[in-house]
Parts: sequence; C-alpha cells; structure tokens
Amino acid sequence: MSEQTEHTHHIVSPKIYVVILLCLLAGTAATVWASFLELGIWNPIVALAIATGKAMLVVLFFMGVKYSSKLTKLTAISGIFVFMALIGMTLADYMTRAWGRW
Amino acid sequence: MSDSPAIAHGALAEAGDSHEEHPAYQRHHFNSVEQQADTTNFAMWLFLLTEVMFFGGLFTAYHIYRNWYYPAFVAGSHQLDVFWGTLNTVTLIASSFTMAMGVWCAETRRKNGLVVSLVLTFLLGTVFLGIKSIEYHEKWEKHHVPGFHYSLQSFINPASDPAAAAYGDKPLALDMARHTELYFFLYFAMTGMHALHMIIGIGILGFMIFRARAGAYTSGHVTFVENFGLYWHFVDIIWIYLFALLYLISRHQ
Repeated sequence: MSEQTEHTHHIVSPKIYVVILLCLLAGTAATVWASFLELGIWNPIVALAIATGKAMLVVLFFMGVKYSSKLTKLTAISGIFVFMALIGMTLADYMTRAWGRW
Repeated sequence: MSDSPAIAHGALAEAGDSHEEHPAYQRHHFNSVEQQADTTNFAMWLFLLTEVMFFGGLFTAYHIYRNWYYPAFVAGSHQLDVFWGTLNTVTLIASSFTMAMGVWCAETRRKNGLVVSLVLTFLLGTVFLGIKSIEYHEKWEKHHVPGFHYSLQSFINPASDPAAAAYGDKPLALDMARHTELYFFLYFAMTGMHALHMIIGIGILGFMIFRARAGAYTSGHVTFVENFGLYWHFVDIIWIYLFALLYLISRHQ
C-alpha cells in the first residue's frame, strides 16, 4: 500500500499562520462592515459566505487539512456532507408541509 | 493489578527484553509511531464529526425557528451588542493563532515557545469567557433569560429600551413578542454549549501548560498538542458562524 508515503509529517511555517491570522482579522472586519450596509436579502448571504471563507482558512491551514492525509481530507469533507444532509433533509420536510398554523 | 506492582514490573522487564526498541510513548498495539499518530489523529477527526452533528442540530433549529418567527428573532438579535461580539471574534481568532503557533513550537521542539503559546491561548480563552459573562449579565439584568422572570418589555414597548430604540424597532404583537423567548433560548443554548467547550478547553490547556513545562511535548511526541489544536480550532469555527448568525444577519430588518 502507498499510505506509507503520506506519513511525512508536514510542519506549517509560522509565516503562513501569520498570513492566515491577518486574513481572518480582515474577514472579521469585512463581515462587520457588510452588516452595516443595507443589502436586503443579501445581508445573511454575504455574512454566511464570509464566515464560510474564514472557516475554510481555519480548516485548511490552522487545522492543517491542506497538508494532511487523504483519510483526514475525506473525514473533513464527510463532516460538511453530513451537516448538509442534516440541514437539507430537515428543511425538505419543513418546507413541504402545511405547518403554517403557528 | 495495583496490588501486585512487583509482578507487573517483572512482566514488563521480561517483555522489555524480547521486543524491538521503540520510543516510550509508542503503545504496543501500534506498528510504528507514525501509525499511532495517524490513528489518533483520525480518532480526533471522528470526534469532531460528532461535534459537527451536535452543533448542526442547534444550527438547524435556529434556522427553522428564525424563519417561522422572523420578527421576533430580528428583535431579539437587536438586543445583542455587535461591539462585544466583534471583540470576542477577534479574541478567539487570536487564540487560534497562538494555538497554531504552539503546535509549531512543539513540532520544532521549542519548549519555552510552547509554554508561552499555551499560556497566551489560555489567557485569550479566559478573556473570551469574561466578555461573554458581561453579555450574559446584561441579559440577566434586562430579564432576557428564558424562564419565569422573562420580560417582554423591550419587544412590546421598544421605545422604553435604548437597544431596541436604536434600531427603530416597531412594537410586536403579544403572540409574536412571546417568541423572542425562543430566540434567547437558542442564543443561550448555542453560546452556552460553545462556552462549555471553551471551559473544557481551558481546563485541558491548564493541564498542558504543566506538562509542557516538564518538557512532555517537545521531545518528539506532539500528538496531544496537535489534537487539542484541532479541538480548539473547531470551537473557533463554531463561534465564527455563531457571530454571523446571532449578531450580524438581522441588523437591517
């Protein structure tokens, strides 16, 4: 099996961590700034898009998924998948029934 | 086992003669240190998957109820202070950075750097909880904690509440105003579960600082620090979403 080749432990350099820190702070500033704008239906979409971008930076670099084994990558992706399934299938139920009498 | 230490010692010594040399931290049921590290790392990720599902349920509930009782959730969100939320986001991102630096220090065997990183992470985590407690205290004083003493004043008569008046909130009808309690229930459930994860993390950090001072993680065995880092960054990600969902997305409605 070729898994053995994936065992070389990658050490992420502090430079990358500093760049990611600055990106995350910039993202925080951007999302707070955007929340002051009148964007109508786009306000939550922009906020969640920026949050997802920040989360991706944390997962890829701080948590090191970018440099990790395929097994770890698959596990991280399956985390996103099961969460989507949870949200998607729950909403499919709630949005297609006549719950309306609250 | 514990009442016969001499026998246990003897057994260990015998076993010690027969197997190959390996670092003391390698458990016997692993072929190699690498296999042990990979297995432990995978186990940590599986644990984080269960955490995704756990918080995912809360996020799903928030999403559905926000759509059902939209005016109540908007009015409830207006009670949160974006200043504190932003400060806490910056604090937690900084603590994730110091934790990442701690992992790097452990990997490159810098003991003092590791101890400093862990102490900074510990302190930033504590600052986060301090700010959160300021916010909780304000909710307590305004009777916005769900329960017997919950008050609808801010939502039935927004002019009486500076926070609601600042957003120009319209008075809610009684049946809708009552659902602001559901917003605060989810607010306390989500931020409370997040804070519990922070408290557990800070406790483990305290333990790690002691061990790091003794040089436990700077002699090649970095698995514990790495996996704790994964946990800490995961908690950071949860907050990034909580900040957007609870504080930011309802400001203009």
